[in-house]
Order: sequence, then C-alpha cells, then structure tokens
Amino acid sequence: MTGNPKISLQSLSVRYGRKSVLRNISFAVPANSIFAIIGPANSGKTTLLKCLNRTIEIIAGSHVDGQICIDGLNIHAGGDVYSLRRRIGMVFPLPVGLPMSVFDNVAYAPRMAGVRDKELLGHIVEDCLTKAALWDEVKDRLDSLGSMLSGGQQQRLTIARALSHDPEILCLDEFSIAIDPVTTMRIEDMLVELKERMTIILVTNLVQQARRLSDRTCFLNKGELVQEGPTEEMFGDSNANRLTYDYVRGVFG
Amino acid sequence: MSDPADIPAKALFVATPAVRRRLRSQRVAVVCLSLASLAIFLPLAAVLIGLVKKALPALTWEFIVDVPRKGMTAGGIWPALVGTLYFVTLSLLAAAPIGILAGIYLNEFARDNWLTRVINLAVVNLSGVPSIVHALFGVAAFVIMLRWGQSIRAASATLAVMVLPVIIVATKEALSAVPRSFREACWNVGATRWQTIRTVVLPNSIGGILTGVILAVSRAAGETAPIMVTGAIFYKVVARGDLFPYSINEQGMALSYHLYQISRNVPNMPESMLYATALVLVVFVLAFNSVATVLRVRLRRRKKW
Repeated sequence: MTGNPKISLQSLSVRYGRKSVLRNISFAVPANSIFAIIGPANSGKTTLLKCLNRTIEIIAGSHVDGQICIDGLNIHAGGDVYSLRRRIGMVFPLPVGLPMSVFDNVAYAPRMAGVRDKELLGHIVEDCLTKAALWDEVKDRLDSLGSMLSGGQQQRLTIARALSHDPEILCLDEFSIAIDPVTTMRIEDMLVELKERMTIILVTNLVQQARRLSDRTCFLNKGELVQEGPTEEMFGDSNANRLTYDYVRGVFG
Repeated sequence: MSDPADIPAKALFVATPAVRRRLRSQRVAVVCLSLASLAIFLPLAAVLIGLVKKALPALTWEFIVDVPRKGMTAGGIWPALVGTLYFVTLSLLAAAPIGILAGIYLNEFARDNWLTRVINLAVVNLSGVPSIVHALFGVAAFVIMLRWGQSIRAASATLAVMVLPVIIVATKEALSAVPRSFREACWNVGATRWQTIRTVVLPNSIGGILTGVILAVSRAAGETAPIMVTGAIFYKVVARGDLFPYSINEQGMALSYHLYQISRNVPNMPESMLYATALVLVVFVLAFNSVATVLRVRLRRRKKW
C-alpha cells in the first residue's frame, strides 16, 4: 500500500453490554479508493460504520475499544464530534426522507453547519441531487415533502443528503436495497467518479457489487475479520482462504 | 374459454358453517362495542341537554358580564369567570414552560439511569395524586412557607404543580412519536442534538404538545379543591365587566368555587342561576377541549410521513 491510509482501524472491538459485536478488527483504507465490506447478516458491518462517525456512542450500553484514525489522527482523542461527522457522509439501508421539502432535506446539513447563502444552497442541492441520480425526477417539485417520495427516491435523497456537507469519506450501507438495477448502475458510475474526490466505504450484501466497484475488500464474519486484501485477490481463484473463497461464490452462507 | 355467463354463480365462495359462525360472533361483537360507545356519549348529551334546559331562564348576556347582587341570588358571575381566567392563565404561565422543557429533557437528553427513572416515576405518581392533597401541599408550600398567604398566586402555583405532570407526559408522548430514524439522519450529517430537536423533532410534535397544554387548562379550570384553601374567595367587590379586577396578591373568585358555594351555602338560590353557572363552567372547559381536538385533527391531516 502506498502513501498514508485515509482511515486505519487498530484492534477495534465493540460490544453492546456483554454482547460482543466486533472483535479485534484492524485494516487500513487507502485514500481515494472504494473499500468494500462484505459478510453475512449480524457480522457487525453496520456497527463498524457507526464507529467511524461516533454515532455508536449514542447507543446506550455500547463500548468501543481500540483505535480509529482518519488522516493519522485518532478520532477518539477529543475534538469536535460534529465536525468529525461532517467529514463523513453516511447512507444507511433504510431510506429516511426528513419531513421537510426535498430542497430542505438536502440543504439541511449545510444549513446546520452555518451556510446561509441562498444561491450557494441552491447550487449544493442541485449538485448533490444530480450525483444521487434524483435531480431529473424532482427538479420540478423541490418543495414537495421528502418523506412522501417513493422508497427508492427517498434512498437517493438520503444519498444526496450524505453528499451535501461535502464529506471526505462516504459510507454506504446497502444503498441499493430499495433501488432498481438501472438506477443502481447510475449511482455506481457516480461512485467511481466520486472516488477521485473522496474515500468510499461500501457495505454490501451483493458480492458482485463489491467485485465490480471496489479496490480492496474485507470480509467480516460473526464480528471477526476473516480476510482483507485487494479485490482481485479476494475474488480470485487462487484465494487460499477457504471461507472467503466459498462466500464470494455463494457456497457458504 | 367459456363464456363468463356460463360460470355458475354459486359454485365458489360458499360460506361454510364455520365461516357463518365467525360472522355471527363478529356481529355480536360490533353490537356490544357500539353500545359501549353509546353509553359514553349518552350521559354527556343528557347532562348537557338537562343543563341547558334548566339554565335557559337565567342565561342572558347580563348574567355573564354582571356582578353578583343580593347575596348571590341575583346579578351575574363576571368576577368568578374572570377569576377562573386568572387562575388558569397564571398556572399555565408557570406550568407550560417548565413542563415542556422537562418533557424535552426527559425524552431527548436524559440517560437511562436511576435518577431519570425516579423522575419518571415521580411524574407518573404526581398525576395520580388526588387534588385535595395538592391543595394541602399548596397551603404548606406557597401559603405558609413562601408567605404568599391565601392569594391568586398561591392558588395558581398549586394548580400549576397539579397540571405539570399532564404537560410533561403529553410532551414526552408527542416527542417519542417522532421516529428515531429522523434524529439519526440529522446526527449523521453533523447536527447537534439541540439543532435536531429544534429543526426536526419539535416542529413535528408541537401539535401533541399543545394538545397536552390545552387539556391541562381544562383540568385547571374545573378543579375546586386545590384553590378553595389556597386563594379562592366567596365574594369580592368588582366593577361590572372589569377585565383586570384582581391583584395576584389577593384572593379571587373562581367559577368552580362559586358554583360549590352557591349550591351549598347560599339560601334561596334560584335554581336557574345555579344551572347557568354550571353551564358556563362546562362550556368553558369544553371550549378548550374542542380547540385541542380541532388542533389535533388539523395537524394530523397534514401528517408528514
């Protein structure tokens, strides 16, 4: 791996009360790459993302050990958790259209960060909705309620909102679950373009999506890191790790 | 393909005896349920109709804006009506801000620890305390300890303590009706908890909160016990139609206490005046309740998710 990693995890462990969810996870994500996390349900993928923007701390009883560094700086070493969250865009599997207009949904994060300039807000909204492949469908009804859009549209609205604060890191957790294949492809194309400007973490159950898009892949199973490496090697025929080999071929699971 | 007309009409979908039995028991259930609903409505309607009938002879504009005359047996109820407005407004000014802020804190910020649980338990129990106990508390705390004496402010403070749990519980319920996913979406883009509450949670729960506040009003207006020992008075000289007849340091008349007095302690009280006073009190409370209902319906109509 060349250069300093954008994100690095060192022996990250998470438990909720006594229930251990992640055990001793270490890996590094290079800047300007797409990093896929695959693994069956309950393997701790979503928890891992919540550790990155420290929303895990809101969950009662959660306990995090280990270290997460972004640009070499420990995210737990104090500092403003809200500016940390603004550096990370999060898209979770269930779409959330906030009960406000489509425009306000996307302008929400910039406004909360203090942007007041109407022209700038309009520009951000159009840009983010375009990237999320939603602009053409909603450009004539930006003032209709975001929470009344269809499920697939709300999911793209969620993606637009995650991009609206211009994050350096974009985390997508099963983003394509409510979106049709054609739109999924458009968003996937957009992700490849966005890679130039940000680091993308893609949690997916579709192993082929991970294979198509990612530069590196890690495979989590039951809270443990099974294997992490360049995507071609992970999916290659010569992969010596039996578990990964079986999982990516759909044998195991 | 056969002609649709050829398909025998009764070949399929014949109700079996089991299905007919289920339908029969459903009909019985519907009848019982609707009778129960009627049993709630009928007494209320009967009370209202009876009240209006008996009150009609005394019910004039003069009755509302005039002061009591001839030892209560003539004139009107103006000082009592204004007094009730005083009690309700003052108690609300104290209870609504505290109750709403406490509700927001308990629902949005408080961690689940023993202190929070104790406070929640206290809120629930406080709403179950009989109003006469609140009255005694008011005497001890406001009349004696704070040396406010028997006064409108002591009585209003007592009422405020009494309706506080109503407002807290309504606020908490309204807030927790806003899906948690909305809050998480806001936190994920770097909004603080307070920004999230201000921009997303409160705008979508304000209807429920207001409903709770208004219900608290109607409860405060109807109570007699808490004010009769803390600040209500039998009679006070007041100018006819005066909107601000009282100082909050003195005692004031109130509709509920007035009604209690004229129905028990005033000889030769004309019956129609008694019922007219009761009707005014009921309409006062019902009016607030209807505002709450209208508000709730209107806010539900533009439900946003």
